[in-house]
Amino acid sequence: MQFLEIKSLLIEKFGEGIVLSENSFYTQSQLQISPEKIVEVCFFLRDTDQLYFDYMTCLTGMDNGPEKKTMEVLYHLYSIPYNHSIVLRVETNRENPEVPTISNIWRTADWHEREAYDMFGIKFTNHPDLRRILLPADWEGFPLRKDYLEQEYYHGIKVKY
Amino acid sequence: MLLDQKFGSGGVVVTKVDDILNWARLSSLFPMGFGIACCAIEMMSAYASGYDLDRFGVLPRSSPRQSDLMIVAGTVTFKMADRIKRLFEQMPEPRYVISMGSCSNCGGPYWEHGYHVVKGVDRIIPVDVYVPGCPPRPEALIGGIMKLQEKIRQESLMEPTALKKILDKKKPQVV
Repeated sequence: MQFLEIKSLLIEKFGEGIVLSENSFYTQSQLQISPEKIVEVCFFLRDTDQLYFDYMTCLTGMDNGPEKKTMEVLYHLYSIPYNHSIVLRVETNRENPEVPTISNIWRTADWHEREAYDMFGIKFTNHPDLRRILLPADWEGFPLRKDYLEQEYYHGIKVKY
Repeated sequence: MLLDQKFGSGGVVVTKVDDILNWARLSSLFPMGFGIACCAIEMMSAYASGYDLDRFGVLPRSSPRQSDLMIVAGTVTFKMADRIKRLFEQMPEPRYVISMGSCSNCGGPYWEHGYHVVKGVDRIIPVDVYVPGCPPRPEALIGGIMKLQEKIRQESLMEPTALKKILDKKKPQVV
């Protein structure tokens, strides 16, 4: 199924306001969804027979920097039987970034969300086990934020060269 | 050293205690069997039949309590730093450390932007020999081990008195 067909199915189900913006500039076209609606949309994409998005390929966090004051989460979804894919985008604020979890829809999102939390500090509400996945548990700050400054010492070891 | 030569007469060798202890120690260096990044691939290759570290008496042990050499082969992250320090402390003395590769020497390619990398394993444990390279070839690691053997050959059981003399001189005189 093509991108426009998937989009029209979404609009048919949720109404005109569901797609906040659209970006067809990249190879994979993106649809922006509001954080409140993302869980419903994901359930719909997975459970509708002609869509059948059974595989969440990737979940990425993104920081747009202190000027834009926004953070994003990107969802790359793929349907193995139909060989079609879609990219969803969710935007949130930078002070208290919160996005509902989709780990109850695709189990693999669990660790992806933990990584996004580890690197960007994006809180995924209702996540079953939201803690750091790569960095030590007592690490300070979120390293992939644009304004990140590393701590001076970690357990008495100087961090800078 | 005399022990390297073949003796025709009897089974008796006269040597110094220092020499025989050092010779025994440097001919059976048991490194701890652990590697943390791509350098470990080169280290494994050095252990394997092509380079055969066993001919130096070097073979990996699976417990820190049985090993006297730690080859830090790879990038030391801050998460790993605590573990490395702990493993080092579990090794019985005399113990030695070879820092293998740029990452564990000084942080390597992560020196500027790698917030997660310890900029040199010598910030957490004392290092005897640094092996440069990214990663070093097995020949380089073997070179590092031979360098360490040279170091061990110079050791002595004697009480270090020279240092004590210097320290005594520096002591303030009590009038």
